[in-house]
Amino acid sequence: MAPFLGLLRRDLRLSLRQGGEMGLVLGFFVMAVVLFPFGVGPEPELLSRIGPGIIWVAALLAAVISLDRLFAADHADGSLDLIALSPLPLEAAVLAKATAHWLTTGLPLTVLAPLLAVFVDLDPAAIPVLMLGLLIGSPVLSLFGTIAAALTIGARRPGVLVSLLVLPLYLPPLIFGAGAVEASMTADSGHADLLLLGALTLAALPLAPLAAAAALRQALE
Amino acid sequence: MMTRLANPARFMRVSGAALPWLGGATAIALAIGLVWALLLSPPDYQQGESVRIMFIHVPSAVMAEGVYYLIALASFVALVWRHPLADVAAQAAAPLGAAFTLVCLATGSLWGRPMWGTWWVWDARLTSVLVLFFLYLGYIALVNAFDDASRGARAGSILALVGVVDLPIIKFSVDWWNTLHQPASILRTGGPTIDASMLVPLLIMALGFGLLFATLLVLRMRTALNERKARALRLYAVEPRATEAAERLPAAGAAARMRRA
Repeated sequence: MAPFLGLLRRDLRLSLRQGGEMGLVLGFFVMAVVLFPFGVGPEPELLSRIGPGIIWVAALLAAVISLDRLFAADHADGSLDLIALSPLPLEAAVLAKATAHWLTTGLPLTVLAPLLAVFVDLDPAAIPVLMLGLLIGSPVLSLFGTIAAALTIGARRPGVLVSLLVLPLYLPPLIFGAGAVEASMTADSGHADLLLLGALTLAALPLAPLAAAAALRQALE
Repeated sequence: MMTRLANPARFMRVSGAALPWLGGATAIALAIGLVWALLLSPPDYQQGESVRIMFIHVPSAVMAEGVYYLIALASFVALVWRHPLADVAAQAAAPLGAAFTLVCLATGSLWGRPMWGTWWVWDARLTSVLVLFFLYLGYIALVNAFDDASRGARAGSILALVGVVDLPIIKFSVDWWNTLHQPASILRTGGPTIDASMLVPLLIMALGFGLLFATLLVLRMRTALNERKARALRLYAVEPRATEAAERLPAAGAAARMRRA
């Protein structure tokens, strides 16, 4: 447990000390949402209809942006080899990195969501479902993201490649997360979508670190 | 048979002997299938002559799905048993699968225009095939993104396995999404039950496409192995001592064995 927490603390400290990075991701999130009214027109009815989708897509893109730096910096200065050699299992190390990524990306995005709900004129009753969905679903984004980031260590143009790889994997949380909000807005219940989102997270928790650790081992060979 | 064909030299001999037969069988199957499907089969009572696109569209859809599972299987074999030709097969198959998917999407579009009045509709099946196309593109991009070819092969095999595990999840969620958003639609969700006069040419076309894939796969694998040989020979010509030193390392043993074969 101690090595896991140690790695988690190290990653959090690194990203908080370079505070700009977290701010950049959140800034991108806000900017992406703000772009849409300029593209589709400012009518409130239209925006509130497509609002949940906009916020979720922007959250996905913001998560993707920070992914390629997940392992790249550690690989460049050799810490990744040290982490692989440590007594901490590589899967646990991946889980620690995914947790750090979620704490610095997914969680702040969730907290920022009500502000963006105002920009897209979202029905206030739907905001709790939006936040709950983002809270449950953003760990999936971080977990799948570690797989893509681990696969692209040492690649040419890792940033674009990570996006191409990970966006098909991001479709299920997007569908269920945005679907939950839309279901709750049409006087249906978002329960089914949220439960499925939870199932995705629970399935990704053990499986994604397995795949990412295998990818890391291949990268470090 | 897998272990017997694991030796690249033996694979080249066996595939070289089999290739003319494969090609011939492909030509015959496709010739019979195309003539029967496009000229001799009856027009549909509702769709008229444009139903004939189905004879290209459905076999390519079957191949698109099947090739992805084949790539996943080959990747599994490559990772678990380190079969030397498994990742060659997977990488050779990927552009073929992507091409089948593209043909499926394009012919589907061409079929949809007269049938539904639109080039594209976000139907569950079309969306799943589009996502499959992006999975293929991602695999091809990843494998080619590394200067070291073996690193690309290893990364690609993991991605293929992740993709095949995620594919049912993606399909389920796209189905879910589609049933929630289904507008009042004129689309029949299934086809009509198909008559034997159309089923037989369809099966022949499917067989022809399968044989075409097998022929092209063997051709691409032989090309890839020849490229490897050529690269090793070029390296040897430039720096014989370094290549021989590298040969003594187990990882380069396969390349050396292939050169001497």
